[in-house]
Amino acid sequence: MQVMLAGFNRYGLLPGLLALGLLLAASPGHAQLRLDITQGVRDAVPIAVVPFGGQAEGGAVDVAAVIANDLQMSGRFAPLERADLVARPTSGADIRFEDWRLLKSDFIVVGGIEPSATGLTVVFELFNVRTGASLLAQRLPSSERGLRVTAHRVADLVFERLTGIPGAFSTRIAYVTMDGRPPSQRYRLVVADADGHNPRTAMESSEPIMSPAWSPDGQNLAYVSFEGKASAIYVQRLATGERRRVSARAGINGAPAWSPDGRRLALTLSRDGNLDLYTLDLATQTLTRVTSDDAIDTEPEWSQDGRALYFTSDRSGNAQVYRVALDAARKAERLTFMNGYNARPRLSPDGKELALVTLDRGGYRIAVMELASGNLRVLTDARQDESPSFAPNGAMLIYATRDRGRGALAIVSSDGRFKQRLSSDQGDVREPAWSPFVQP
Amino acid sequence: MKRMQFLAVALLALGLAACQKPTQTKPEEGAGAAVDGGGAATSGIGAEGPGAGVSSLTPQQQALAELQQKSIVYFDYDSSEIRPEYVPLVAAHAAYLVKYPSASVRLEGHTDERGSREYNIGLGERRAQTVRRALLVQGVAEAQIATVSYGEERPAVEGSDDPAYAQNRRVELVHAQ
Repeated sequence: MQVMLAGFNRYGLLPGLLALGLLLAASPGHAQLRLDITQGVRDAVPIAVVPFGGQAEGGAVDVAAVIANDLQMSGRFAPLERADLVARPTSGADIRFEDWRLLKSDFIVVGGIEPSATGLTVVFELFNVRTGASLLAQRLPSSERGLRVTAHRVADLVFERLTGIPGAFSTRIAYVTMDGRPPSQRYRLVVADADGHNPRTAMESSEPIMSPAWSPDGQNLAYVSFEGKASAIYVQRLATGERRRVSARAGINGAPAWSPDGRRLALTLSRDGNLDLYTLDLATQTLTRVTSDDAIDTEPEWSQDGRALYFTSDRSGNAQVYRVALDAARKAERLTFMNGYNARPRLSPDGKELALVTLDRGGYRIAVMELASGNLRVLTDARQDESPSFAPNGAMLIYATRDRGRGALAIVSSDGRFKQRLSSDQGDVREPAWSPFVQP
Repeated sequence: MKRMQFLAVALLALGLAACQKPTQTKPEEGAGAAVDGGGAATSGIGAEGPGAGVSSLTPQQQALAELQQKSIVYFDYDSSEIRPEYVPLVAAHAAYLVKYPSASVRLEGHTDERGSREYNIGLGERRAQTVRRALLVQGVAEAQIATVSYGEERPAVEGSDDPAYAQNRRVELVHAQ
């Protein structure tokens, strides 16, 4: 916890520093994730987030720092450095707007933490600095332990009020880490807050773990584990750790994807020695075959209405993205035609775009394809980017990249203008999956 | 309790891995890190033949020990064709399996790290299936062969350059002892 705080203080005190080097929370046995902004945005909106009242300096969670970090992470806001804050108002009545106009801050967030009968109440207010108008004022119940969560919630609300897009800072990410050198690696399935804090190991093994996928209610993860020396698909309830093996058929069991209603998984099996798509009803264990092709068909993703799958296939000779309806006809339609390699489609929350991995000028990069037009927008520029996953508000994507020879995670805004890296000091981090919105 | 159960399975798997891993013979330089720490080392890494004490081995064990000197087939980029130089290797394994019908082999398909992970599981499987078909053609019974694909998840060596990629695109023929 002290480490975390030192990170935030440093962030506040070093003006103009792009590489924030925030040292994120790490519990023992977890890789530490570091957040570095690798590509900023010039026209990010300046906002002041004033330290909250009722918080002792050096307390467990610096609520204002968490909010500022979240807003910065979105790429759309440039929070003022803490050293530049000319005053420390904690309520609207204390704000001298002319001071903040001089600092060229467009907006200001003030607030405080009050004891309540059941724990704590976080009170905050958002103002337009130019007009002095109050844009948002709320009181959120919290607790000492839940202060971080509440701070993310404040950031969500501020973000939504100013952009019209619900904030996704209260969500979580799942990813896989690998430590050790071949042939004695250690694999972990980790779930952390969206900002990389609070990592917890959901499962670990000496055999590979792959392809974590969130259930639509955010309560379960499906994933592939090779713990029995062969692949199998498990569904694990995060709150309890309780898990169920849902597919351990001969050959490959891979690429689980939840149907929008959470009742079925799409998955990949190799019953005839090559990969095809199936759907599995989780309650009845009914297996339905979707494709039967000599090619590799894998990496399914459901359409919004649950009546079609997007997937990767090399039936044309190299990997491309297709769509197949789940009703009678089942004739797959090819969707990607640019570039010689397009794989691992993930649907945007609004259903209008597919994120995918494309081979672009010699590098595997993250791109977003608009489904209506087929236009491809390449968002990243490294050589080994993969596993894109949309934030549930569609504003950002998390993906896997390489950093100094190791696997790391990165976040890019969906317009590609803002990038940051979540890298680890040790081991390899890969296969991020952004959780859906979960009711607070 | 679940956790304990799982731990037991994981430990068991680890133990099996130690017994089953074939001795690696390097087609190329470097990468000492890839040397197997498992029990298979007793058959001698890079040694020209087992030393004293071999006399206690049965003919089958002796044949297996020789076979394990060469038990990895390497592949070209994005290819699952068996290169000509590996045809004799596959034939030797086929001959052993035909001669000892109770013996079995596990074909572990692997890829380099490029491209998406689940797609690479498919490529690794395709490579394992190519070797499987070559064994079947040479008279090995279906029941003697199991396949698994690890895709890019179990690299033989670390690194993101062509020599590392070349060592990671492979099928390992792992014999039950």
